[in-house]
Amino acid sequence: MNARLAAAVTLFAGAALAVIAAGAAALVADLAPEERAQLASLATPARIGLAAVFAAALVAVLGVLLWRLFEQTVGPAARLAGGARLIAGANPGHRIAPEGLPELRDAAAGVNALAESHAALQADLDAKIAAARADLENERTRLAALMSELAQAVVVCNREGRILLYNAAAQRLFAGDGAALGLGRSVFGLLDRALVVHAVDELERRLGAGQEQATQFVTAPPAGGLLRVHAAAVIAQDRLDGYVLLLADVTTEIEADARRVALFQGLTETTRAALANIRAAIENLLEYPDMAPERRARFAGIIRDEAVRLSERLDGATAALSEELKVQWPLEDVRGEDLVTLARRRVESRHGLLTKLEDVDAALWVRADSFSLAQGLAYLAGRLKDEFEIREVRFRLQRGERHAHLDLLWRGAPLSSETAFAWENDAFRAGGEDSPLTLKAVVERHGGESWYRRDLPSQSAYFRFVLPLAGTAPRGRVAAATASRPEFYDFDLFRASAAYSALDERPLAELGFTVFDTETTGLQPSAGDEIISLGAVRIVNGRLLTGETFEQLVDPDRPLSPESVAVHGITPDLLDGQPRIVEVLPRFHRFAEETVLVGHNAAFDMRFLQIKEPVIGLRFDQPVLDTLLLSQVLDPQAQSHGLEAIAARLGVDVVGRHTALGDALVTADVFLRMLPLLAQRGIRTLGEARTASQATQYARVAY
Amino acid sequence: MAKRILIADDEPNIVASLEFLMEQAGYEVKAVADGNEALAAVASFRPDLVLLDVMMPGRSGYEVCEKLKGDAATRGVKVVMLSAKGRDVEVAKGIDLGADAYVTKPFSTRELAAKVREMLGE
Repeated sequence: MNARLAAAVTLFAGAALAVIAAGAAALVADLAPEERAQLASLATPARIGLAAVFAAALVAVLGVLLWRLFEQTVGPAARLAGGARLIAGANPGHRIAPEGLPELRDAAAGVNALAESHAALQADLDAKIAAARADLENERTRLAALMSELAQAVVVCNREGRILLYNAAAQRLFAGDGAALGLGRSVFGLLDRALVVHAVDELERRLGAGQEQATQFVTAPPAGGLLRVHAAAVIAQDRLDGYVLLLADVTTEIEADARRVALFQGLTETTRAALANIRAAIENLLEYPDMAPERRARFAGIIRDEAVRLSERLDGATAALSEELKVQWPLEDVRGEDLVTLARRRVESRHGLLTKLEDVDAALWVRADSFSLAQGLAYLAGRLKDEFEIREVRFRLQRGERHAHLDLLWRGAPLSSETAFAWENDAFRAGGEDSPLTLKAVVERHGGESWYRRDLPSQSAYFRFVLPLAGTAPRGRVAAATASRPEFYDFDLFRASAAYSALDERPLAELGFTVFDTETTGLQPSAGDEIISLGAVRIVNGRLLTGETFEQLVDPDRPLSPESVAVHGITPDLLDGQPRIVEVLPRFHRFAEETVLVGHNAAFDMRFLQIKEPVIGLRFDQPVLDTLLLSQVLDPQAQSHGLEAIAARLGVDVVGRHTALGDALVTADVFLRMLPLLAQRGIRTLGEARTASQATQYARVAY
Repeated sequence: MAKRILIADDEPNIVASLEFLMEQAGYEVKAVADGNEALAAVASFRPDLVLLDVMMPGRSGYEVCEKLKGDAATRGVKVVMLSAKGRDVEVAKGIDLGADAYVTKPFSTRELAAKVREMLGE
């Protein structure tokens, strides 16, 4: 600007001098010879000098006037334009300070007035949009709430395998797997790519064939164990738009299955072998009735031995199966009333008995395997009916001292205690029940007791089951009350396109960013300064995901300088026992994988990261954007490009500065506000942003 | 001259019956209780047919069968596999390894005797 002004003034001065000189020359040329001689005699050196001084003074005065005029017009006009752009783009609250010529001051006032009316209009529009969106948001929140309360792990992906949604159960399932689960991340970081791709192909095939759009597979994820994955198609306009994965940890289930199959096969084989031995011996006896007596005795002995062995094996297998079934169903917190209802239904439907309730404490929760208990109660009722012709049973549920008492009552013929004892030890095989479990085993599983009591005068009796009470607050309900939920879902990712290779071509608004900041022991990584704190937050599809943050203090293995403590406030005792940078950086690398890194003065932070690359064996080679440089691009005239100054200009509230995560959050906010401003200048893709950044003078500062 | 039958099974209670059955049918019989002995006995006893249990110590019946059928000198010996493993994949495995018959336990002694007779071309 100054160069332009200087050039203009120089040009003007030159032109003015030239005009004066030309005027003087024309005047002289017009004179007659004697007048010329007269002029020459008048033109003493002193007079010429005086004239030259006047001419120069004239030029200077005019130059100063021009300079003033310029200052009153061009500079204010440029700032007016910049201010107007700022209002239109990032900060509608910005107002332009009037300066320069009255007309320009007037123009500034006009722009401010326009800004006011624009702001009013915008506020109105915002209110309408907000109202219109409220419904949609409600739907989404309801879905998110539903998802987050589901006991089953859910992950929703778009066609390319980017994660659009996950719930708390999924987060727990992959808790040991670092930061692999996150919105916009690839599901292939969690599950075997080949299996997922195969499932998706299968879904597409089924879609084409008009079949049910769901499939399932079992996979061993990197974190260990076995997962059963149900995949269901998300369909939009008759095309596969994405898929919902329901995940269940089936490690114990599959191991138990394998044990049961082995048990069954072992039993089949030993039974076949024993039967073969018995049959061959018997057939020989029948076929050859005249065989020698000692041989006959030998075959008879074989038959007896084999029959005994076979019984022993069957008993062993039954016991093993009963053990297996014991662990089949986990104990769960269940409402006592529900347990009673379950048992009643079973008794009624299986045995056709009448049932009644007697004193059921509705507030009672027990910790129980409701299925095997209901089975046990139905078994008892079945035997009562079959062997004692009981037609009606009653249920009672009461709170004991530290346990719940679940009673099955009936009137009629009393049972002997020997019979009751035998029933407790028999497998559930009476009337319609068919399980190798025994009441004794079921009661043992609950860590409780059961007994039989009769009351002769009233001709009534009951079996009592003592069950553990559930924890005071039933689980799974409390969580619903918590208000703020992390941002687990982002359906806009459905629109994200496939190619991650051509990142430079991609619009900034579509990219995933990791905005990060570090606090360090000093300013010179090459002189041994180290990172002491690393904070980061993710932006996906233009949304700041405050639920997915990275924050870690780092033990720098060297003393902190008092100056740096003054900046970040991290004292040496806070760093004692924190992990070293070699442990922290691989985690951060994973967190930032497949995203563009963003930092304020990122070159500084990147230097600290890159200097550690050889030590950790990983490279931070993703594209990097720097809000400092982007601010240069947007606002070359600005006095300061410090984070706070930029934040103030863009209307970002600054809280928690000088913690790594706090600064990362402010930077992320600033970055988000810059995106529309950059777009106004035609900078829309990552490539364009990087090229523009590199052209600014700050880009040449190297650490 | 009587045909020879080798019985290879580690369960004495079935060997007793099979031995008796085959002797009654007029064969010369030898019994062994593991896979390695079975191979040795094929060389020394030169049976016409082997009743071969699948599950044996030493070598499994599958291995013994595969060895016999893979060797030109013993390929002609008939092999009847006897097994408590009755799944179709196990039967297919035995047949594929060259067994001439696969009999699932328990079996009828009369049918087994008939089958042996038929396989020996009598």
